[in-house]
Amino acid sequence: MPAGAATGAARAWRSLERAADRVFGADINPLRQLGGLGFFLFWLIVISGGWLYVFYETSVEGAWDSVQHLTVAQWWGGGLMRSLHRYGSDAFVVVVGLHLVRELALGRYTGFRWYSWISGVPTLWLIIGSGVIGYWMVWDERALFAATATAEWFGVLPGFDPALVRNFLVPEAVSDRLFSLLAFLHIGLPLALLLVMWAHVQRLTRPRSAIHRRLAGWTLAWLLGLSLVWPAQSLAPADPQMLPDRLALDWFYLAPLAASDAGAPGLVWTFVLGITLVLMIAPWLTHAPRPAPAEVDPEHCSGCARCFEDCPYAAIAMAPHPGGRGQIAVVDADRCAACGICAGACPSSTPFRRSERLVSGIDLPWLTVDALRQQVDAALAMSPGPDPVPGADPAPESDSTPESDSTPESDSAPTILVFGCAHGAHPGSSPAGSAGIETAGSRVRMITLPCAGMLPPSFIEYAQRHGADGVVVAACPGDDCEYRFGSHWLAGRLAGEREPRLRAAADGTRLLQMEVAREEGVLLDNGIASLARGLNAARAGSIPETEEIGDD
Amino acid sequence: MTERPLHYVAQAILFALFAVFIGYFSTAPQYRHLEEGQALLRISFRHPGKPIADCRVRTPEELASVPLHLRTELDCERERSPVHLQVEVDGELLYDEWVAPSGLRKDGASSTYQRMPIAAGEHLLKVRINDDRRVAGFTYEGERRVQLTEGQVVLVDFIADKGGVIIR
Repeated sequence: MPAGAATGAARAWRSLERAADRVFGADINPLRQLGGLGFFLFWLIVISGGWLYVFYETSVEGAWDSVQHLTVAQWWGGGLMRSLHRYGSDAFVVVVGLHLVRELALGRYTGFRWYSWISGVPTLWLIIGSGVIGYWMVWDERALFAATATAEWFGVLPGFDPALVRNFLVPEAVSDRLFSLLAFLHIGLPLALLLVMWAHVQRLTRPRSAIHRRLAGWTLAWLLGLSLVWPAQSLAPADPQMLPDRLALDWFYLAPLAASDAGAPGLVWTFVLGITLVLMIAPWLTHAPRPAPAEVDPEHCSGCARCFEDCPYAAIAMAPHPGGRGQIAVVDADRCAACGICAGACPSSTPFRRSERLVSGIDLPWLTVDALRQQVDAALAMSPGPDPVPGADPAPESDSTPESDSTPESDSAPTILVFGCAHGAHPGSSPAGSAGIETAGSRVRMITLPCAGMLPPSFIEYAQRHGADGVVVAACPGDDCEYRFGSHWLAGRLAGEREPRLRAAADGTRLLQMEVAREEGVLLDNGIASLARGLNAARAGSIPETEEIGDD
Repeated sequence: MTERPLHYVAQAILFALFAVFIGYFSTAPQYRHLEEGQALLRISFRHPGKPIADCRVRTPEELASVPLHLRTELDCERERSPVHLQVEVDGELLYDEWVAPSGLRKDGASSTYQRMPIAAGEHLLKVRINDDRRVAGFTYEGERRVQLTEGQVVLVDFIADKGGVIIR
């Protein structure tokens, strides 16, 4: 995807997600858990399909009759299950399609994500194949259309017999064995689908294959409502000697067959194979450089397995230490996202160590913990920044203490160090980096991390002791995290619920922890300004009023 | 109304809209195979044509030169004739095709499938087939007068073992 289009697509999708957040809340926003929703619908289809299979007769005479019996005589059970099976399957296609669009729009298909992307592509066709076979099983007019159109569609392929369709042209060509085969395929293809779905999440730690309980409730509710109001029905029994005037098709599954039937089987094949090919090579179509993966230093790795626990992409394994002392972390370079979350988890990533060159047990070679400490030292030693950021809040006029002088260049202005995520919000409109900017009369220094989850909590205390009057940790909102768990793990560490914990020695009154999306730079600015005012007030000996941080 | 119930109402509306979207495209819009007043003619067969040449008797010298396990007296060509098919409707030639044998050595069956809409009503269908290129003209013929209603399917088939051309 061209860079401009990619940015536009990402922006459009994120706007859509954030709009849905306002209605659903991030927790149950279906757009944020499309993968989990897909799993949920899959299991719903399996359960409802299991009910149908118990009553289904695999014979020419019995197929239509048994389905019709379920639909009419057992509307409260089999009929409902049939409708749930139908509509759940339709929703499954839509959800999986949206899942693909989302990852494509957000650019999450290249680099280390190639495996998850490639393994997701076959799910599309397995779902469609399973669904089409399901429609055959009813053996009504729609089933006959699906059967003949499928045979005609495959018949144009080299190596396939164009007379494949003869199997459905006359009643005596269809035997009971066909329905046994269909039942086998309708179970076999979903099993293959499950296998591919399992493979699809293999490079994820704690894959989200479940959804929030309330979203599950809503999904079940609308599916049940639709099933009761508009139950799935069979058409007339299949008759090869008559074509119905008009045919009610399920467009989610049968659209390609309708296009083929309308006279374009070759075009449909070109589209299907073309789009599959494009999707399969998409990870290699962009030439974005891939950052170097994390590296383990055997001398400093204690084998504590915290990085193993925290890695969102299962890129770290524990192996026997070559020195014979316990275990050591081993990084799978192909899986590594280079997010730095592992470095943030490492107990040796503490800037208080006195060694001249700080070496962590696991580190990003292009942004080591040592380099991070140097950046912090440099940022805190920097002279006041060159220019105020346009649009940044001025210092409040009512605050007239000398320390809270609104003059940007004032030496008494508090220094605020912002640890932010490269994918998240930045103060003002400053580019990523540690350039100096001014907000509310404070000197703001920004340290940009590939993910806020890379920040070892001890750096907060270190910055406070080495000249930062205040520290802002700006992570992305949990569900927005580019690397899945960076924000969650950071929040846990700062709350003292997860190793490595923020020590009690860190001054909580001089720390502001925020979760702000990249579009919420104003919110971050307001937060920084609020912290600056609080610091100024504290210096003046007064207690600041609690301020609301809004995104206005 | 507080903010929370308002959110529930908005969620319910959005889920209901999604349900309507799913429900609608699950059965609509309806697909139309044929235009009004049309029936469908299907032509299909799967038939191996006759060998392209007669078998001949091998001379004793030729037999001696053939490996022991392949020594049969008759030497027959494997390649089969293409099957020539003509379909006439009410005296007009509607379809004319030479269906080539399948296989790399052209020794497989010829198979074809075509479908074409025709006007509903009464028609005289005539089908001619030649499956032997050594014979001029046609080796099988069949005809039938059919009365087709709208949407009715008529199948032109060819099964040599069952009398040749079948129109049903």
